[in-house]
Amino acid sequence: MFTIIGNVFKNLRSKYATRLYPYEVRTPFAGARGKLEIDPDICIYCGICAKRCPANAIAVTRKPDKTWTLDPYRCIVCSYCVEVCPKKCLHMNPKHRSQE
Amino acid sequence: MAKNTIIPFGPQHPVLPEPIQLRLVLDEERVVSAIPVVGYVHRGLEKLAEQKDFLQDTYLIERICGICSFIHSLTYSMGIESMMGLTPPPRAQYLRVIWSELHRMHSHLLATGLLADSFGFENLFMQLWRTREHIMDAMEATTGARVLLGTCCIGGVRKDVSEELLKSVLQTLVTVEKELDEHMPVLLNDYSVKQRLCGVGILDKQVAYERGAVGPTARASGIAMDLRTQGYAAYGELDVEPMVETDGDCYARTKVRVRELYQSLNIIRQAIGKIPSGSINVPFKTKPDGEVISRAEQPRGEVLYYLKGNGTDMLERLRVRTPTFANIPPVLAMLAGCELADVGVIVISIDPCISCTER
Ligand code: SF4
Ligand code: SF4
Repeated sequence: MFTIIGNVFKNLRSKYATRLYPYEVRTPFAGARGKLEIDPDICIYCGICAKRCPANAIAVTRKPDKTWTLDPYRCIVCSYCVEVCPKKCLHMNPKHRSQE
Repeated sequence: MAKNTIIPFGPQHPVLPEPIQLRLVLDEERVVSAIPVVGYVHRGLEKLAEQKDFLQDTYLIERICGICSFIHSLTYSMGIESMMGLTPPPRAQYLRVIWSELHRMHSHLLATGLLADSFGFENLFMQLWRTREHIMDAMEATTGARVLLGTCCIGGVRKDVSEELLKSVLQTLVTVEKELDEHMPVLLNDYSVKQRLCGVGILDKQVAYERGAVGPTARASGIAMDLRTQGYAAYGELDVEPMVETDGDCYARTKVRVRELYQSLNIIRQAIGKIPSGSINVPFKTKPDGEVISRAEQPRGEVLYYLKGNGTDMLERLRVRTPTFANIPPVLAMLAGCELADVGVIVISIDPCISCTER
C-alpha cells in the first residue's frame, strides 16, 4: 500500500505524462507513416498504385483527364503503394493528418 | 428453491473493453452459469481476404486485431511462406522476434492495466499505460506506426532497423524495466489487489486442458504450453521458457503476464545482441498453392491460421482461430460458482479480445 503512496507523491512532483494536444503536438518520428503524398509532376498515371492498394483508396483515370485521387478516409497508411510505384512519386509524410 | 435470474453482462459494460455479452444465470449473488452471446463486431474479414490477393491480405490480416496485429501478419506470412517454400533471411527472423515481443509487452501492459482498472485501481492502470507508451514509441520509431506496424511481408520484413535504433530500443527497455520494477510489486503484493485476485476464478488444470485453454490462461493453470518453444521465426536460437503457475486463479494469470513481461525484455535483449546483418527479405515469383496450418504464440495464446491456395493470386480459403475464441469455454467454467462482483475481474483476467475473435 505504501509503495503506491510513494508513487502518488512522485507523480505530484513530476512533469505531466501527457501533452495538451492539439495545442502541443509531438514531433513525429523520422520515417513514421503519417499521410500519403504524391508528386504529380512525376506521376505517369499508370494506375499500378490503385490496383495494388489493399483498401481501394486510390482512383487513377487517364481519360478524359489524367487524375489521381486519394480517399484519405479509406487509406490505411500501409505504404504498399509507395513500394510499388514505378516512378517513386509517392511518399509518406511523417506528419499525420489533422483537422485543418 | 430460489428462482434463478438472468442478467445481461455487456456488450457495453464499464469493465469490458470490447463487446461480448454474457448472460449470467444468478442464484442470489452467485453465478450459476454464463451463456456467451457473440456477434456484435463481426466484420467478415475472412470473406474479404478471399477477394484480395495474397500480398494485399498481409495488410488486411494485420487489421484483425488492434493489439497483436504484427503477430497476425507474421502467422499469415509464415503460412504463405511454407506453402511457397520460402525461408526468410536470418535478420528478418530476428526483427520478427523483436517486434513480436514488443507487441507482447504492450499487450500485457494493456491487459494488466485493464485488470487494475476492473477492480478499481485506477492509479495503477494509468501507471502501467504510461509505461506502455515507451513501447509504443519504440515501435513507432522502428517501424513507422504505433500498432499496425505493417512491416511483416511474405518472405521477410519490409523495413530494416538501423543499429542506432536498435540501441534506442535497448535504452527504452532500461526505462521500461525500471518502471516495471516500481509498479509490479504493487500489483503482486498489495493487500487489496490480492483480496480481489487470489482464489477468484479458479481454472483447474484438467478443466483447462479439456476446454482447450491457451496462452497465459493455460499456463496459469499449470499447462506448460508456449508455441515459442517450438522455435518459429528466430525463437529457436533464443532462450525461451514457458512461464507456468499452478494456482489457476486470476492472480496466477496476472503473475504469468508479469513474468512474461520480464521474459520479453530478456528475449528482445538476446535478439538485439545476436541479430545478424544481411538482407531482410527474399524475392519470389511463385503463387501460394496447397493447404497449410500456421500457428504462433500471441500475447493471449496460440493463434491458428488455415490457408488454402490454388496457385492463383487469390486464396481459396483463409480461416483464423484466435486465442480468445479458445479461451471462452474456459472462462465459462471459471464463472460458474463465482460472485457477481467478481465477474468483471474474471473476464478481464483472460485478456479477452472480441474483435479479433469475431474477425
Ligand atoms: S503507381 Fe506511381 S506513377 Fe503510377 S499512377 Fe500511381 S503514383 Fe502515378
Ligand atoms: S498507403 Fe496503403 S491504403 Fe493508403 S493509398 Fe497507399 S496502398 Fe492504399
